[in-house]
Amino acid sequence: MAEKAPHAHAGGSVSRKARLGVALLLGAAVATLAAAGCSWAQTPLSQSPEAKVRQAKDSPAAAGADAAGGQDIQVPPPPFTEGIFPCTQCHDGKTVKLNTTPRKLVDMHDDIVLKHGPSRWCLDCHSAEHRDQLHLVDGQLIDFSKSYLLCGQCHGDKLRDWRVGVHGKRTGEWNGKKQYLLCVHCHNPHMPHFKPLKPLPPPLHPAEINIHEGGRP
Amino acid sequence: MSAERRSDPSPESLPARDRPASGSRRKFLQAAGCAAVATALTGCKHLTMEEFLQHNFRELNKEELRAIIARLEKEYSAKFGKTVTVGTEPPMKGVVFGYALDLSRCIGCRRCVYACVKENNQSRDPQIQWIRVLQMDKEEGVNIRHADPYYDPPLVPQEGHFYMPVQCHQCKNPPCVKVCPVKATWQEPDGITVVDYNWCIGCRYCMAACPYGARHLNWGEPNLPKEEMNPVTHYLGNRPRAKGVVEKCTFCIQRTRKGLYPACVEACPTGTRKFGNLLDPQSEIRYIIENKRVFLFKEDLNTQPKFYYFYGV
Repeated sequence: MAEKAPHAHAGGSVSRKARLGVALLLGAAVATLAAAGCSWAQTPLSQSPEAKVRQAKDSPAAAGADAAGGQDIQVPPPPFTEGIFPCTQCHDGKTVKLNTTPRKLVDMHDDIVLKHGPSRWCLDCHSAEHRDQLHLVDGQLIDFSKSYLLCGQCHGDKLRDWRVGVHGKRTGEWNGKKQYLLCVHCHNPHMPHFKPLKPLPPPLHPAEINIHEGGRP
Repeated sequence: MSAERRSDPSPESLPARDRPASGSRRKFLQAAGCAAVATALTGCKHLTMEEFLQHNFRELNKEELRAIIARLEKEYSAKFGKTVTVGTEPPMKGVVFGYALDLSRCIGCRRCVYACVKENNQSRDPQIQWIRVLQMDKEEGVNIRHADPYYDPPLVPQEGHFYMPVQCHQCKNPPCVKVCPVKATWQEPDGITVVDYNWCIGCRYCMAACPYGARHLNWGEPNLPKEEMNPVTHYLGNRPRAKGVVEKCTFCIQRTRKGLYPACVEACPTGTRKFGNLLDPQSEIRYIIENKRVFLFKEDLNTQPKFYYFYGV
């Protein structure tokens, strides 16, 4: 019995270690799972072959710029007013001095009407220090070509639908290369409500169609 | 009876050299038959002998099809003064086309209607349009009794209204196909219901059977200006039609079988129109069906449309 005691003691210590190990392993597994779940949540389309193609194609351009963690989407250049970009032409810190006080603009950009949400002003989206870029709420800088990330901060459901091709216009091939558009191609970011259009002519009423004369009377 | 028939070609009424003397009755009947066909052909303005004797598209062998396509391309090219191609692209394997239309986005601008007319060579005068946009009452919902296709305000969308474009729903259980007495219309394996314009007799049974008003008859000689004619055509799609045949939306068969989106999808300024392969789980159309509120128009008729209306918001 006395000889066995150290054994028992040793055995006890081993099993405690093993228990600790198992716990650690379990913890790691949970962490991995959580991480996996998280990345899946961020890129709901990462499974689709199309998304993979897009990702592969855009990877050089991406270069860690997609701040929201989603895959990059190929879009045409943003629709700038001619000659307005780059903004640092004027906003170089010397010609135009930085003034971060919210105010009504008078000399320049006074044509812009801001009708987007309750109380916004320029520097909520435009970066004050890096004028050729935009910034997210957490201060992260993004290019104008990724402005959909900025819009998606509030309009998350729209961004999700846009990524899968449900919100917004798609042209090109239904089984291949698609042309996406940025949010700002259809919605003016300063007043995003879609403008009413003039409808094309209505169809002729059957009574107006005179086939014996070869057409409209 | 036989005596009567024999007496029909009465010897007196014929020139002496054609007189059916003993044994030449067969010759006479052959001549009479030819004359009958010739009369029938002269009765139809532009029908050639080949056209008259042409088989249904589905019964043509490769040789015959090649000859017919060559004939049509020559004919159309001469008529419209440009090189017209008539494609016969077959359905793709593993593809069934589906369409989705976002009722919460459509503003009723009718850009799709005219893009369709331009792409598919419809007659401009008398007017034929494959898409009809209905202005609906928001208070009534999807209620055909409160639908107005002739709305024409200066700007759309109008307050209190929503807009519902209707075109061929490419039913899985198409009533139009069932009623055709000559099998001039059928459903292709990719789900598109097509018409063989050379086989259609213009009886309009299909128009009566279609609950969506998606089929249109060429009541008059179609008038398609040369400069507006789209020369890239498909035999079962947008090739020029003749007077007296029925036509319908084919999901732009000449485009979609090459992988392109239909013209209406490309034209829509609001991104209301969605198109894709129902058998591809990654397609936009499948995402919509699985994640959005979707409804089928006149679902109770069991036509099983492959055209889904949905609310994207």
